[in-house]
Amino acid sequence: MADNKEVDHVSGVETTGHEWDGIRELNNPLPRWWLWTFYACCIWAVAYWVVMPAWPLISSHTTGMIGYSSRAQLAKTVEQAREAQSAYLTRIDAASLEEIAGDQELLDFALAGGGSAFAVNCSQCHGRGAAGYVGYPNLNDDDWIWGGDLAAIDQTIHFGIRSDHDETRLNEMPAYGRDEILTREEIDDVAEYVLSLSASGSAAAAAAAARGQEIFAEQCSACHMEDGKGDYELGAPNLTDAIWLYGGEKTAVVESITNSRAGMMPAWTGRLDETTIKQLAIYVHSLGGGE
Amino acid sequence: MVEQAVAEAPDTGVKSGHHGGVERSDAEAVNKKETRSLYQKRIKIYPKMVKGAFRRWKWVIMALTLGVYYLTPWIRWDRGANAPDQAVLIDFPGRRFYFFFIEIWPQEVYYLTGLLILAAIGLFLITSLAGRVWCGYTCPQTVWTDLFIAVEKIFQGDRAARIRLDKAPWGATKIFRKAGTQVAWVIIAICTGGAWVFYFADAPALMGDLLAFQAPPVSYITIGVLAFTTYLLGGFAREQVCTYMCPWPRIQGGLLDEESLVITYNEDRGEPRGARKKDTHPDNLGDCVACNQCVAVCPMGIDIRDGQQLECITCGLCIDACNTVMDKVGLPRNLIEYSTLANVERVRAGEKPRLRLIRPRTLVYSGLIVLVGVIMLFSLITRADLDLSILRDRNPLFVTLSDGSIRNGYTVKIINKQHRERTFRLEIEGLPGAALAVVGSGVTAEALVVGPDNLASYRVFATVPQAALQDSATDVRFRIVDREGGETTNNSVFRGPQ
Repeated sequence: MADNKEVDHVSGVETTGHEWDGIRELNNPLPRWWLWTFYACCIWAVAYWVVMPAWPLISSHTTGMIGYSSRAQLAKTVEQAREAQSAYLTRIDAASLEEIAGDQELLDFALAGGGSAFAVNCSQCHGRGAAGYVGYPNLNDDDWIWGGDLAAIDQTIHFGIRSDHDETRLNEMPAYGRDEILTREEIDDVAEYVLSLSASGSAAAAAAAARGQEIFAEQCSACHMEDGKGDYELGAPNLTDAIWLYGGEKTAVVESITNSRAGMMPAWTGRLDETTIKQLAIYVHSLGGGE
Repeated sequence: MVEQAVAEAPDTGVKSGHHGGVERSDAEAVNKKETRSLYQKRIKIYPKMVKGAFRRWKWVIMALTLGVYYLTPWIRWDRGANAPDQAVLIDFPGRRFYFFFIEIWPQEVYYLTGLLILAAIGLFLITSLAGRVWCGYTCPQTVWTDLFIAVEKIFQGDRAARIRLDKAPWGATKIFRKAGTQVAWVIIAICTGGAWVFYFADAPALMGDLLAFQAPPVSYITIGVLAFTTYLLGGFAREQVCTYMCPWPRIQGGLLDEESLVITYNEDRGEPRGARKKDTHPDNLGDCVACNQCVAVCPMGIDIRDGQQLECITCGLCIDACNTVMDKVGLPRNLIEYSTLANVERVRAGEKPRLRLIRPRTLVYSGLIVLVGVIMLFSLITRADLDLSILRDRNPLFVTLSDGSIRNGYTVKIINKQHRERTFRLEIEGLPGAALAVVGSGVTAEALVVGPDNLASYRVFATVPQAALQDSATDVRFRIVDREGGETTNNSVFRGPQ
């Protein structure tokens, strides 16, 4: 290399010896500040290897002098968040649902906590906005099957509906068609009557509805009550309002009477801690239909 | 001064002379175009202290700018019980910017943008009128460098003494002078960084915390970083910041024209330069006595007699130096002066020099300043101290209730910029028969409370009978009314079934 050194006669600068079509590369020195920055980076890099975790080994890695770990940092951050929440969580633990709802500070905390717990655990069936779907109740409205006050909601979340928990909310509507309790014509008549309760039946079917009323009184009123308004204790839906869990068309009502419906909700006690369930109850109650 | 310089000459290697009653210097313009190489180590500049009108201006402006910088955070401004009493405060935790009677919320950051636009165009205007006065007098780099050089002079003496000290072997005196300079620089640097953090917190309280070593680490880090940069840029980098780091010398080339004031050496009058005997002015020589004083005082290390140069920050110190000499030798002043390139040509052509302040360029800049200023002032004066925002629920879009009526959910946010608690009544218009309900215990649409200088967020349900809805989307307007005066509205939509 040393032998190849040549000096460009125009600029008086040494060249690198590289030449392309007669154009030779000058070997100007690097700017000083650049050079020093480069050296500083080298020193920094070596120090980094020593101080921080850097090198992969066969089954682990070098841990570095200060023992930094992003996993530990995350754990610490989570721990700090828990600590920050703990004061509220303790108070929520000790308070009744009504007390929480009455205390703006606790209410705000519970709504935020309940909201995120809902997104993680409940939104799969009830939807992110809790608007539900066919067969999955809309929690925003004021129609409840098992009751919509704080205690009832809390109970439902705790033990579920037709879940495997001993204290689950449980009922069973007969499958009037499948089990041949009623004939097709009778089911059709009852359906017409049920639809007429919420004024959604057709005037042409008034005669059928009148026939269905007798069958309703005989077969259905034990749970759905004489007036069709249902009962929270029995989990019997109100048939007179504008809200239909499985749809308000005649085919859907006939299907419900023929084959029965039995939606299922898991019990959350044991899966979620008590404070979380409390917050969930508060959140669901706040969605707009709480009683 | 003169005698001293002569006395120093023999043993310093600084050739200073006393010729024709004029102090002479062999100062070299180290940043002269011909001598400056990109790969060369910086040659230290020893600017000589000078007396004169421009030097006086620089002292005044230095005192003014440093005074503003150091004292502003300590000015108090009473805003009542619910707000800080610091006149200028950037409150990051509280997300507010306080500037005397103005209080800016984060979403109003466009006022700061406007202020920056004004500052930029103002700089353009000043530059097109009077050249780089920003660089020469008010730029922090110039002010602090000037301060650092003044400190240097106190400890080490003027130019000749400093050169001699640098060449002298290390001894007690040299150590004392050099160390004293550094200590003073560090103290200034720490004070500079220290003043900065007071803009971001209550100054007296932070001062106490800082001295007790109980202030937040970020304040010490900030002070440290700024102290370091001040020390480095003011003490050592100096003119290199302007020449190599700062984009402004390049930008301002596009803002100047031949009618802008720049520091000009009147070459026609001065050349050919040459030394002469006292009180004689030979015909074959111009007015320049070649004393080199203009070079000796230049903090940028250039020779103004070479013409316009990127390095020149137009501080006017060479004018002071030259005028002093001109007075002494009995020649007219202003051989070096603030003039325009056009005037140089005019004088050459035998015309009268004149100053053209009103030019298309300056008119455009002034017009822009007025325009932006008026827009800002208007928006500031008409700025509402009350704001309402309505976020409609998008999931679910609407909810059907048992009785068939339709309900929509809204998040209502009220911003109260007054320093008192306010209570509002919420109304909805455009939806006959609509009922409003607020989520939360004991809260009604009749009385929504918003704390002083605060934002309150409420969940509100609006419910109407389905029969009242004409369409799947109805335009509605929310209105909040303060019982004690003041109201505002915002529009939204009420959704229903198809």
